[in-house]
Amino acid sequence: MIKLKNITAGYNNVEVIKNINIAFEEASITTIIGKNGCGKTTLLKTAANILKAFKGEVILKDRNISSFSNKELAKKLSFLPQIRKVPNITVYNLVMHGRYPYLDFLRVPQQKDKEIVQKTIEDMALGKYINKNIYELSGGQRQKVYIAMLLAQDTDIIFLDEPTTYLDINHQLEILEIIKRLKKMGKTIVMVLHDLNNALSYSDKICLMDKGEIVIYDSPEKVFESREIDRVFKVYSSQITFEDEMPKQYLFNLK
Amino acid sequence: MNILQKFFTRINLNKNSKSYNAAVIAFLLMLLIIGVFLSISFGSSKISLSEIFNAMRQGDPGSKVYKIISFVRIPRTLAAVLAGCALSVSGAILQSVLNNSLASPGIIGVNSGAGLFAVLIAAFFPANIYYTTFAAFTGAFVAVLLVYYIAKETGASRMAIVLSGVAVSSFIGAATDTVLTLKPDVVMERTAFLIGGFSGVTMDRLSFAAFFIIIAFIVALILSYDMNILALGDETAKSLGLNVRRFRFIFLILVAMLAGAAISFAGLLGFVGLIIPHVSRFLVGYDNRILIPVSALLGSIFTLLCDLLARVIFAPYEIPVGIIMSFLGGPFFIYLLIKGRRGQLYD
Repeated sequence: MIKLKNITAGYNNVEVIKNINIAFEEASITTIIGKNGCGKTTLLKTAANILKAFKGEVILKDRNISSFSNKELAKKLSFLPQIRKVPNITVYNLVMHGRYPYLDFLRVPQQKDKEIVQKTIEDMALGKYINKNIYELSGGQRQKVYIAMLLAQDTDIIFLDEPTTYLDINHQLEILEIIKRLKKMGKTIVMVLHDLNNALSYSDKICLMDKGEIVIYDSPEKVFESREIDRVFKVYSSQITFEDEMPKQYLFNLK
Repeated sequence: MNILQKFFTRINLNKNSKSYNAAVIAFLLMLLIIGVFLSISFGSSKISLSEIFNAMRQGDPGSKVYKIISFVRIPRTLAAVLAGCALSVSGAILQSVLNNSLASPGIIGVNSGAGLFAVLIAAFFPANIYYTTFAAFTGAFVAVLLVYYIAKETGASRMAIVLSGVAVSSFIGAATDTVLTLKPDVVMERTAFLIGGFSGVTMDRLSFAAFFIIIAFIVALILSYDMNILALGDETAKSLGLNVRRFRFIFLILVAMLAGAAISFAGLLGFVGLIIPHVSRFLVGYDNRILIPVSALLGSIFTLLCDLLARVIFAPYEIPVGIIMSFLGGPFFIYLLIKGRRGQLYD
């Protein structure tokens, strides 16, 4: 369980998010939505301890997050940044980097690490790329490799900053299905998404932000009904329900 | 180098595989050993291999051959090997840690710091010229600490380090020029220092620097995996549990130790530090665990070769090794850039 208490944070003394209080639910998908610059990524980074808060505290398992050592924390939560470098190494080596927090002083991966990496790569259907250089892969495949690295890190809490941005529709849905599978494994997922339809149809909880504050934090259904999305994004949203088991879909038009 | 690469792939070794890496290391080690013998054998007077063995076995301190070998050739060979290794490894570390293909030790103020302190000694304490080695090393260290302090105040980002390095270098350069303007008689010293070379290196000057180079090299090998993590970018590295600022500082200190120590006896041979890591990456890729040792070996071989040429081309006259290095290395590097079509690796 991870929660933020009275968090104020930002960059270079400029407050981007103000007085945030939120507790993320275990074994569920929470998606943060909001306009560009409203503080979604700042909130995510503060929760993941990538960014230090000006005020307030992040509580992880009843302890202040800064009381954990770097490696201890890296075994409990992982973070996928929005902009990443494309390192010039093989898929296997990148996924192995997920085991970094578990390596001892000599940094030599043990048999167990190798097995985990091998299994993760196969689970993500990346087996045939295992010795390929990441440069040779498409954007969608690269994203899967990065997520495989996160899985090898094997943390209970996973933060993802726009995991589907720049991907084609097939890869977007594939990534979202993987995220759903992670939830079923008991992982707590907190992510930022720009695609509102995906956010509403894949999440258990939606956190809508505006101007550095949380407007509403509730189930997708309740958030939709509140009409706050319409107000914040200046759009008109409608819901499409299907007769069979298909999840609800959402449409957005300019007001 | 792609001939080399083709050779290794032809004998059925997959690039990035462990056996390929082992073959590259073995091949380079062989070259290095050949280079060391050539370097001891050739010079203003040629000593054949059998003469070398005989002289060393007899160990007669009075014989001419023994004197040349132990007081001239061996220190000089060791100096070339150590300097080449240290500068290449420091370049490889910097390029990886700063994620900047143009980074070489000079970029974080190592050269200018060492230069200023060497000139200060020559200008104001000419009697203590013996301490130039120590002074150059201290200067390199002070400059790097200054660069890091400024960068830290602005967030210790990669760009901050590069920019403060440029600023500090230019400031220290001006200080050096001021000293030289006020004391024009030290100019000769400075030219030799700027071009770099190994003539006149003695064992005691070398041992002090060698100590630092060996320690720093071992630490760099141990931390090469952390270097890989750092190369993923600050946020990813941090979320994997790496203390980004602390490690970046450790790596800068290693660079200062390696480059400062090398510069202290060899002068400014900065070019090795720029090109050898690139050539090494071309051979074995970007994994620092293999890149660091390969850079060390290639750097040593290249420097040894250049020093050998510097001695024999116009024998008995000698050209400063820095000149040979740039004449050989420049075109070769351009050839690599064009032939390798490596644009995709450097976007």
